[in-house]
Amino acid sequence: MSKAWTFGENLNTDEIIPGRFNITIDPLELAKNVFCEIKPEYAKNVQPGDVIVGGQNFGCGSSREHAPIAIKGSQAKCIIAPSYARIFFRNAINIGLPILECPEAVADITEGDDVDVNLATGEIFNRTNRHQYQARALPDFVLKIAEAGGIVNFLKTHDIQDLLA
Amino acid sequence: MGTLIEEIFSRKAGRPVQAGEILLLDVDYIMSHDNTTPLAIKAFREIGKPILDKNRIVLHLDHAYPAPNVLAAENHKKIIEFVGEQELAHFFKQGVCHQVMIEEGFITPGAIVIGADSHSNTYGALGAFGAGLGSTEIGVAWVTGKCWFKVPETIRIKLTGKTQYGVYAKDVMLYIAGMMGMDGGTYRSVEFGGEYIERLPMHERIVFPNMSTEIGAKCGLIAADEVTINFLETATPAKGPFEAFGPVNPRYERVVEIDVSTITPQIACHPDVDNVKPLEQVEGLSVQEVYIGTCTNARYEDIEIVANMLKGKKVNPLTRVIVTPASAQIYKKAMNNGLIEILMDAGCTVTGTGCGACIGRHGGILAAGERALTTMNRNFIGRMGSPLSEVYLASPATAAATALTGRITDPRGLLEITNK
Ligand code: SF4
Repeated sequence: MSKAWTFGENLNTDEIIPGRFNITIDPLELAKNVFCEIKPEYAKNVQPGDVIVGGQNFGCGSSREHAPIAIKGSQAKCIIAPSYARIFFRNAINIGLPILECPEAVADITEGDDVDVNLATGEIFNRTNRHQYQARALPDFVLKIAEAGGIVNFLKTHDIQDLLA
Repeated sequence: MGTLIEEIFSRKAGRPVQAGEILLLDVDYIMSHDNTTPLAIKAFREIGKPILDKNRIVLHLDHAYPAPNVLAAENHKKIIEFVGEQELAHFFKQGVCHQVMIEEGFITPGAIVIGADSHSNTYGALGAFGAGLGSTEIGVAWVTGKCWFKVPETIRIKLTGKTQYGVYAKDVMLYIAGMMGMDGGTYRSVEFGGEYIERLPMHERIVFPNMSTEIGAKCGLIAADEVTINFLETATPAKGPFEAFGPVNPRYERVVEIDVSTITPQIACHPDVDNVKPLEQVEGLSVQEVYIGTCTNARYEDIEIVANMLKGKKVNPLTRVIVTPASAQIYKKAMNNGLIEILMDAGCTVTGTGCGACIGRHGGILAAGERALTTMNRNFIGRMGSPLSEVYLASPATAAATALTGRITDPRGLLEITNK
């Protein structure tokens, strides 16, 4: 079971993790307060592999990396949204949090649906209503970064050239 | 071949590239400041590899400098120790990072400059690619000299006609922000062109790419032309030869055409940068602070406009009027030409250089219930202090007119008197 947790449009970095918790960059610490003001039950009940389903312009606001780190720390598998704020998009990729763009899935998934995501192909399957959606497959380099657990870890064992090799 | 961003990236990649491609490119300079450098140092230490080319790293102390509190002081200490340890040569603490990057000649046509600051887009004014990134990527770039980019689609903003008297680049850009909205340029390269831009001097051009951030753009670009090259040769130590270039047979996602002659002075009202209105709709609104500063509008020419308008007059006694020159170079020129004295005689407080009150850390913080009219680029809730304060954005001329009355005031009447 990979439960979907749904969020609205223009979700900003302060709603993901309020600024007052940004005194640490420890993913597990941050995860304790992720979405605490808009969905406090998330941090308590999220299970590894659950999926975040967000609205347009997900992650807008500040360029701080705490927001994607907090989501990754909560062990969510990925985010699905129609679009992302630019710096959040980069930050998420660089810290190894996979993000998919798929407006059809976002429009159709309701909270609590059991959603299976194949990151390599971009196939999203909603086991609850048996609908299938197709996100654009993530570029190889994004998967490489995600596999390594972020760009910093990737660079410990690779050359940067390996990213697009 | 292609849009300006495709041209810049193609030159760097050594082959023609198109929107949608993902590239790993060499970056010319890697910029960060006191807010963002500490996390970059952390990423750098974790990677555990040496800096590739120390000459490409440029560090600034400007956001909260000199330190207004212990936390800022700890940041500065950490950064200064790092600069010493790594023997970094490009270290500045006399102005707003983006202004200093341009003045010191780091920005040249075709250069790729990344910065851990969302207004790194500013560099597009000189035909360079400038974009803001998170701190981790800055640490990564120190080690690798490279950064990945997706070549963005382009929105062309074609500006024709001539502005009316008393209307400045800031008014035009605020008008654009109001029209495009805060996410109107998300992921896009926004190219500013047309006869209006071509005729514009560099200090006014800078406003457009600087504020392309406010419409969500990845970068804001202006083609490098004679104005650019002349500026680089006369106003910066950058080493040429420089090449003028622009888009070649571009395919744009969208072209937005605006006749600037119809635009009047504009104000971005609390609480959003796209909440833009013609000045007359908010004229007379009282303000407790007028702030002239930041990477958007605190260059010499901006300060000159303000000084000319305030010469021999007194600002409203109940209004705090604060001027923060963007850099030491600007400050010195304003001082040598008597502008600082004019401002002080008029009752302005002239502060040291840097970001000043822009992020509400020091140098003009707002109390609850207060309203400021400023020459800044953003007006997020609480940007300049209390979350219960309001920030309005306008041109330096509007700021000067407002300083005299303590109410939002149209600069045009006053400009006529001043220039007679
Ligand atoms: S002046 Fe303001 S907008 Fe410009 S770099 Fe400094 S804090 Fe950012």
